[in-house]
Amino acid sequence: MSKLERAFKNGKAFVAFITCGDPDLVTTAALVLEMAKSGADLIELGIPFSDPTAEGPVIQEANIRALSGGVTTDKIFDMVRELRRDTDVPLAFMTYANVVFSYGIERFASTAAEIGMDGIILPDVPFEEKEEFAAIFRKYGIDFVSLIAPTSHDRVTRIAKEAEGFVYCVSSLGVTGTRSNITTDVGAMVSLVRAANPNVPCAIGFGISTPEQAKKMAESADGVIVGSAIVKLVGKYGKEAVPYVAEYVRSMKGAIR
Amino acid sequence: MEPINGRFGTHGGQYIPETLMNAVIELEEAYEHYKNDSEFQREFTALLNDYAGRPSLLYYAEKMSKDLGGAKIYLKREDLNHTGSHKINNVLGQALLAKKMGKTRLIAETGAGQHGVATATAAALMNMECVVFMGREDTERQALNVYRMRLLGATVVPVDSGTGTLKDAVSEAMREWTNRIDDTHYCLGSVMGPHPFPMIVRDFQSVISREIKQQMLEKEGRLPDAVIACVGGGSNAMGAFYNFIEDKSVKLIGCEAAGRGIDTFETAATISTGKLGIFHGMKSYFCQDEYGQIAPVYSISAGLDYPGIGPEHAWLHDIGRCDYVAITDDEAVNAFEYLSRMEGIIPAIESAHAVAYAMKLAPQMDKDKIIVINISGRGDKDCAAIARYRGEDIHE
Repeated sequence: MSKLERAFKNGKAFVAFITCGDPDLVTTAALVLEMAKSGADLIELGIPFSDPTAEGPVIQEANIRALSGGVTTDKIFDMVRELRRDTDVPLAFMTYANVVFSYGIERFASTAAEIGMDGIILPDVPFEEKEEFAAIFRKYGIDFVSLIAPTSHDRVTRIAKEAEGFVYCVSSLGVTGTRSNITTDVGAMVSLVRAANPNVPCAIGFGISTPEQAKKMAESADGVIVGSAIVKLVGKYGKEAVPYVAEYVRSMKGAIR
Repeated sequence: MEPINGRFGTHGGQYIPETLMNAVIELEEAYEHYKNDSEFQREFTALLNDYAGRPSLLYYAEKMSKDLGGAKIYLKREDLNHTGSHKINNVLGQALLAKKMGKTRLIAETGAGQHGVATATAAALMNMECVVFMGREDTERQALNVYRMRLLGATVVPVDSGTGTLKDAVSEAMREWTNRIDDTHYCLGSVMGPHPFPMIVRDFQSVISREIKQQMLEKEGRLPDAVIACVGGGSNAMGAFYNFIEDKSVKLIGCEAAGRGIDTFETAATISTGKLGIFHGMKSYFCQDEYGQIAPVYSISAGLDYPGIGPEHAWLHDIGRCDYVAITDDEAVNAFEYLSRMEGIIPAIESAHAVAYAMKLAPQMDKDKIIVINISGRGDKDCAAIARYRGEDIHE
């Protein structure tokens, strides 16, 4: 069992996303440790990209804040290397294809493995393009996480059969960001995945922000993913964000436990 | 060539969110069907001829040729098309295709506003809803085009994210497409983005080189020695080059925007300064830093102010079939003024980049050689900006 799959062994999983370097890497490291203590089962570390086409305004702005602060892929690797001495919480990078490609896929994957990363999520690399990346990450023992969307329909089976770590079920059309109402039949999406691959966990993301939403989503999936709601807290409180985020993570994990 | 698995050599592909995958697959299936459908082709040709005013003229610029003292220069007058640029060719094709697919709404990005105006025009004609994304900075430097789009019934959404220019307009249009797919077609304006867009846009623009070839054979009884076109994403260049790719005697030259120079940070010359990357759905060359962050590019021309280039151009560069040269703001502005005075033709500042290179090349060629410059658009939209560049404070 991969380390990402183990994240789903502690009841329903709470998956938290933050943008590295927002507002700085010291705060990012503190957030990771506190979120892990507060019940986050898996943490997605966003490596900022100048033009994040799958993100809504909240995470776009976090990317700009982080890049303006001078964060780079190498500095993020250094932070994770340090962080790994203090936590074994499962960690996955989330970024865009060009960040990995320009670094050199092999060089990126080997460094990520060396510093103790467990997975990678690239929202602009769909099933058809994934082997260019996944084959190399697999070689280094890092799960390449696949996404399915409400528009995937006939594609779900193919994607689920080759899924590694977990399947990232996108709850809604559009980009990341909180939504007051999620209308997609996520239960049906998850059933399709399970029919094709009974072993792979499913986590639902995009638009989830409240404990009530998380509870409802967790009824039909193995976990929920929250990004924008956490990033919004970091944006609001900056370097003082750690206790607010920790409290939020506790309430979310509490709702789905 | 036809892309293999959506790729031109190593370039191209479909690097887009899963949410959009079925939409581009559906688009490719529809296109593969309609491109061989005689009724579709008949309707498309009728729109090009009866609405857009094709074929466009191939004009012998005799005065300019004599003044430069070298090769004979012909101008392919895409500026005379309805809406004032080559953009209408692609837009009429895509709008017709979208309509056949049952879509009722077009979204588009625009830089200079030419593609936005063309899309708004096609939407008005075909009774479709239209939303155009345009960088905030571009809405300010091309205010007249914003008004034209609104007049045509389109909604113009100013984009504040990133650098507020063309690349951000593309990103925002892609975001909007993931939000609303069922009734919406993303009418991409250049030979870029995920497969099948680079192929579809090229095919709809290839009418340019088909006409040049025929007109040149009629006028001169032979093929030209060089075809020159400006390149941002590269749609007018791809259209002007396409039917000459197999004619190895014809030099094909793309002119990128060097901005203030390729040794400065204020440039948009992708082939000269970029490296291989993945962005906006495609693998190609992009201006970027060592960590793959997309560079904030610059050109006086809003239409060439893009950090990437279409994948087929990247491939034509790799195999050495096309040459790509960089033209500075200064050279383009000089050419803008030169063609206006010499031939009474005001070119778009984008097209002026191609004129500028022809001004360098023609004198080095013999008088029996022939150059074709693709005048991709007209320059009325640029007059205020060029006046300001020359220190005259005029406003539209």
